[in-house]
Amino acid sequence: MPNPDQGGAAALPAAPTRREIHEARLRRRSGAIAAGSTLFVIAAIVVLVPMAPGWEAVRRSFFNAEVFRKTFPGLLEAFLVDVAIFLWCAPAIALLGLVIALCRDVRAPALFPLRLFGALYTDVFRGLPVVLVVYLIGFGIPGLGLPRPWNSPYIWGSLALILVYAAYVAEVIRSGIDSIHASQRSAAASLGLSEADTMRYVVLPQAIRNVAPANMNLFIALQKDVALLSFIGPVEIFRQAGVYKSLLANFTPYVGAALIFLAITIPATRYADYLLHRQRRRQS
Amino acid sequence: MNKTLSATACLLLMTAPAALAGAHGDCAAGKTLEDGVLTVATGNPAYYPWVLDDAPESGEGFEAAVAYAIAAEMGFEGEAVRWVRTSFDEAIQPGAKNFDFNLQQYSITPEREQMVDFSLPYYTSAMAVLTTQAVIDAGAEPTVESLRGLVWGADANTTAVPMLAEIVQPERDPLLYGDNADVTAAMQAGQIDAALFDLPTALYLSAVVVDGGALLGQFPADRSENPDQFGLLMEEGNPLRDCVDAAITALTDSGRLAEIEAEWLQQATGVPVIE
Amino acid sequence: MAKLVLQDVRKRFGQNLVLDGIELTVSEGEMVCLIGASGSGKSTLLRCINLLEPIDDGTIHLDGVDISEPGYDPQAVRTRIGIVFQSFNLFPHMTAAQNVMLAPRRVLGRRPDEMAGPVEALFDRFGLKNRMGHYPDQLSGGQQQRVAIIRALAMSPEIMLFDEITSALDPELVGEVLDVLRQLRAEGMTMVLATHEMGFARELADTVCFLDGGRILERAPPAVLFSQPRAERTRAFLSRVL
Repeated sequence: MPNPDQGGAAALPAAPTRREIHEARLRRRSGAIAAGSTLFVIAAIVVLVPMAPGWEAVRRSFFNAEVFRKTFPGLLEAFLVDVAIFLWCAPAIALLGLVIALCRDVRAPALFPLRLFGALYTDVFRGLPVVLVVYLIGFGIPGLGLPRPWNSPYIWGSLALILVYAAYVAEVIRSGIDSIHASQRSAAASLGLSEADTMRYVVLPQAIRNVAPANMNLFIALQKDVALLSFIGPVEIFRQAGVYKSLLANFTPYVGAALIFLAITIPATRYADYLLHRQRRRQS
Repeated sequence: MNKTLSATACLLLMTAPAALAGAHGDCAAGKTLEDGVLTVATGNPAYYPWVLDDAPESGEGFEAAVAYAIAAEMGFEGEAVRWVRTSFDEAIQPGAKNFDFNLQQYSITPEREQMVDFSLPYYTSAMAVLTTQAVIDAGAEPTVESLRGLVWGADANTTAVPMLAEIVQPERDPLLYGDNADVTAAMQAGQIDAALFDLPTALYLSAVVVDGGALLGQFPADRSENPDQFGLLMEEGNPLRDCVDAAITALTDSGRLAEIEAEWLQQATGVPVIE
Repeated sequence: MAKLVLQDVRKRFGQNLVLDGIELTVSEGEMVCLIGASGSGKSTLLRCINLLEPIDDGTIHLDGVDISEPGYDPQAVRTRIGIVFQSFNLFPHMTAAQNVMLAPRRVLGRRPDEMAGPVEALFDRFGLKNRMGHYPDQLSGGQQQRVAIIRALAMSPEIMLFDEITSALDPELVGEVLDVLRQLRAEGMTMVLATHEMGFARELADTVCFLDGGRILERAPPAVLFSQPRAERTRAFLSRVL
């Protein structure tokens, strides 16, 4: 039996305390109840839903295994179009959003028109449904008579997405800038830093870091809204699912498309939540 | 015994004319959504020349006229026909339907047959290439090779899509749209060169909707690949189908169907056949 | 010529007259301590001296030049007068070294390689050489405040202003900051401090000014002011804090 006077590294673990025993028992009990209740709910769904009168028809129409198998590869391929649109829109949105946010923040009287423009811009593009903007810009501007390839729906549809989302990003960044305490600006000013340098080196880096989770949510929404370009021609996953639906008179392709979207958006949302959680922990 | 005999004879006499006169009328009894009423669905809006002025109740337009003719064959006259509007999706989704049959240029395909029921065809359609005069002037010709080089658009919900993929095989991926209006908008904006429609719709669009619209050529109705036959769309297993089929057969045999076609769908002369 | 001269300085915030005719002269190398109750205008006065706040009336002369003239470029003044705040105000997204080197680089145009030596020497002088790469949230309050002082000193100011720089610190950390001030004092820096540290003021200040209601009610060397205050309000204040 080890000598109790020896150093901590050689000591036996202490016997569980009364409280530890009690808490362990509580944990086991609540774990069992949780498992039981979950199993019950799952069993209820699995047993009761198929008993609904229309279930067979719904299953054939929405959860048709053979249609799913046939259409899934085509849907995956069409999803690449969505990914491509997202990849070239996202950086443009980040940049334009930053520019608009800065426009709204300028103080010099000579630059007042910029401030006005920024305010007008965010009001308009946050106030319109995205699909409407896609239609108006995607069809309207090429309709003015642009030559190919400048009238491509990819260009103008993407521009519509960029304009709308930049407005939201601008507002998020602006709220980030506002959230930086005035004392930071005082400190920067008292060191002799110019307004521009203060914004660039002191305020913006902190502001953008602070609102990163909010911005991530916007970009997750963008991942879904790229499907709106389907209205003006490009065959991305939503449109492709629609084509299959029409050819096969079956809605299962939409379920397939939904699964593909979730495979991307759920991890992205979880990551954004993790970032937000980590940021809150650091601030407290 | 005499009384029973004469009573039965009376009954037989009374019902016989009805049985003879409304030979088809009996067929549909009890098989419609609402007794004594035939509920017909079409698109929203319903386009020329299938329905005129978006008013199918008037009976004007090819499909409106066909619907009333079939209804009459089954014993539903005038007021007994009620119209509703649906989208394509509403027509194929599972669950109770709000129509007895649906007609809006639905093409009969084996894949669709697995999920819904189609009647016998009431029209076989040529498919025509709608384009603009500018594209023709730039050298497009009614040959498949020439068509391959054009930028194509189509209504995503139609059989024009597989037809493009199988027969034309364009060099560039076609752009697809939600309805005819968007396809023509894209054509006006110069984003697409050509689109595939059934011939009557193509004639209408080129004459009325598209500035400088023109028909480049047609794939005739009696082509062997991907023939486009329009049928009435019904819920799977609808017992009304046999009655409808009988009505269509009667109309075809009596020549009435051809008359309706001649009245509402102009002969498209001068549209070259695509080689 | 006196280094800094304030004449009849007034400052209003909305309806509130916070500074009501301040008269103050600071000579080169002098250490002036401002004492007074909260709200007496100490912070405002300091922020007016380096033009963070514009004054409404009166004049401020630095080396004989009127820097309070409306339209005078404040940036020129701010490189000559440094200020350290009660809540340190370090930039949290930069390391201590980056905090210190930002302004010399952007405002004075110093290159990183020519700055590295002097900056390291500064950190070393105040015992923070091995903290240069740390972020503010990894430093104690006393260390952060010392970095804030180094950050202001890196601009080679002629005058240093200190706005109650120990008030936000735990008592055991106050000493290390006061040591820094002693060093600066010994090197002959011109300093104006708003402070509650009466013992410190008594030990090191050349002049102590008592502010009350926006005016300097009494002004004397610490030996005189702390033991023989003339005004009644001064006596009342000192009896509460000493």
